[in-house]
Amino acid sequence: MPLLQIEDMTHFFGGLRAVHNYNLEAEPGQVRGLIGPNGAGKTTIFNLITGVYQPTEGRITFDGVDITGMKPSQIASLGLGRTFQNLQLWRHMSVIDHVKLARYSRIKYGLVGAFFGTPKRHLEEAEIDAKAHELLQMMSIDHLADQIVTNLPYGAQRRVEMARALATEPKILFLDEPTAGMNPEELIQMMEIIRQVHNELGLAIFLIEHRMKVVMDLCDIVQTLVFGEVIAEGTPEEIRNNPEVIDAYLGKEVVA
Amino acid sequence: MEAAKVTLSRKARLGAALRRIWAPFRRVSLLSWLLGALAAVVMEQIAGTQVAWILGLSKIPFLFGFAIVLETAVHTPSALPFVLVSAVLYVSIIYILPVLLVARLTTGLGNRIAAFFMNRSFFLGVVVHLVLLYATIHIWSDISDYRVLVMRLTLIAIMVTLSLNLVNGYMGEFSCSHPGFMALGAYAASVFSLVFFVDDRLFGAPLLPASMGPFMFPLGLIAGGLVAALGAILVAVPSFKTRGDYLAIISLAFMFIVKSLFENLEFVGGPRGMGGQPEWASLPVVFGWAILSVWIINNFVRSTVGKAMNAVRDGEGAAEAMTVNTQKTKMVTFLFAAFWAGVAGGLLAHVVSYVNPGSFGIQKLAEVLAMVYFGGLNSVVGSVVGAVGYSVLSEALRSLEIYKWIIIPVLLILVMIFRPTGLIAFKEFDVAKLIAPKDERIEGEEVEYAPIAD
Repeated sequence: MPLLQIEDMTHFFGGLRAVHNYNLEAEPGQVRGLIGPNGAGKTTIFNLITGVYQPTEGRITFDGVDITGMKPSQIASLGLGRTFQNLQLWRHMSVIDHVKLARYSRIKYGLVGAFFGTPKRHLEEAEIDAKAHELLQMMSIDHLADQIVTNLPYGAQRRVEMARALATEPKILFLDEPTAGMNPEELIQMMEIIRQVHNELGLAIFLIEHRMKVVMDLCDIVQTLVFGEVIAEGTPEEIRNNPEVIDAYLGKEVVA
Repeated sequence: MEAAKVTLSRKARLGAALRRIWAPFRRVSLLSWLLGALAAVVMEQIAGTQVAWILGLSKIPFLFGFAIVLETAVHTPSALPFVLVSAVLYVSIIYILPVLLVARLTTGLGNRIAAFFMNRSFFLGVVVHLVLLYATIHIWSDISDYRVLVMRLTLIAIMVTLSLNLVNGYMGEFSCSHPGFMALGAYAASVFSLVFFVDDRLFGAPLLPASMGPFMFPLGLIAGGLVAALGAILVAVPSFKTRGDYLAIISLAFMFIVKSLFENLEFVGGPRGMGGQPEWASLPVVFGWAILSVWIINNFVRSTVGKAMNAVRDGEGAAEAMTVNTQKTKMVTFLFAAFWAGVAGGLLAHVVSYVNPGSFGIQKLAEVLAMVYFGGLNSVVGSVVGAVGYSVLSEALRSLEIYKWIIIPVLLILVMIFRPTGLIAFKEFDVAKLIAPKDERIEGEEVEYAPIAD
């Protein structure tokens, strides 16, 4: 059974059909890519799967549970983590608090613990803290733990987002243009991190990318989206040689 | 050019000198400061009247000399220089000198005791600090009924400010309904007291013996808080479907609805209000509740569950994506804040023994908002500073009458220009850090502090 299965998902924004008959079967541990020109509906697909929008039609099944119509927080706590295209960090919060907060749905001490500072709470908070530092170490930003995120350089902010997404303990990680705005050096580091996350934690990864190098190096299977419709699906090699894809997407780059 | 250099270096020299004088005080622990404050108020209790008399003041200046100086400035300007000097001397002799002297003399001892608390019993340390704080407040207030009243109102203001800060600061919404919540709490607690324990005009003979009253008072306050929280549900359900301005408008409307509700409810006295609440909200009672609210609210905002509020403020979408139940977070915060506003309202009704709809209007709202934004958003210390600062300022400027309402807003505008988020914003209030010893040498000697949970 696939980890994430999407059947005939269609979405309209008013009269505009943003996504049409989208299908996906992602296996556990698989790295999938989604490419396509600007405005093709890639981020919309992410938002539909993670519950930000409700699909007009179609069904999304994750790990055997029908998640169509669930709230984003519920979907996230089932094990579907994500990062955002333009960083969405909480600007007044410290790095460590970002990562700790992503464990929200696992907290058991409840409001009583929060109000009265019970021993159970202190125990749990200590656990969360240790776990958060572990993730920060993995992203090699543990020394920045107490910094406010807005004071960090861009690359480090990306890492905070990654650590935060991992703290939700996802089974599949959605990365929305993880290398956007990065210089070549940061790009290579980020790809290394994605590989590391994939290998060490055995996560399935679903990524939107613009840079073909990243997609080609990382992905097992790539889908190409144009005007909300998948026009091709296959290995990076197949995609690269698909005439339709070259026409719609890669070809333009060559011309330009 | 040359002159500018000279003044600069002179300024630098002055700064250096001040730092040198202040250096030993950097090692003074909170315990020593509290001992100093206690010494000062004891000094005032013993010698205040005599010192005031020697300095030519008719009585002990009630608010650190501010009130008396301003009063003189308004009514008999000719006597101002004399009164000003006397007031400054009084404050120096009675407050500043003893505080500095005792703090300096007990620096070593204070740090050793503080280190002892940190290593052995954090809880005992907190209790000792609270006892010292209460003793100081009590003795200071003992000088006059006016001080007792100001102190109690200030403590209540701290509770209200903190609870509003939860919504407006920590959660980043703009709620205007706090006076409404206070009114609900005040009326509910008053009705509780009057029905059960007082023989009064509105509700007739008491149902329970009056002697039980003070012991049941906490129940009345909690009932007041719960009624306020119930009212909060009415605001929250429609308005949390949207964000920002909508909540501001709906909550403002709610405040007016509550006000006119009580104006039209004859069984609680209508616009005339309701009097005769027994004076159960004595200084220790109000102090106890204020400390309780600070403790619980601080616990909440420092927990990961509480930090979900900040995530809702800084990015709701990201919060949802990180498993945070934002709807629940908003609800809990709003009800929790309303609860404390209700408790504060109940206390207020029993401090002034009177409650009427008129006192929970737009003016109250302006005051509470001013305290929150003056003190600092997202900060427990900020709220305490804001509430105390505003209350003291408001009392001190009382004799300026109408001009008070020019000076206070101007000050607020200045704060907003130079510190847009308030004086002490976005600070965590860590009690352990606050009461820790400040002396590096002693810190070094100790092996390590017992692990202290936050």
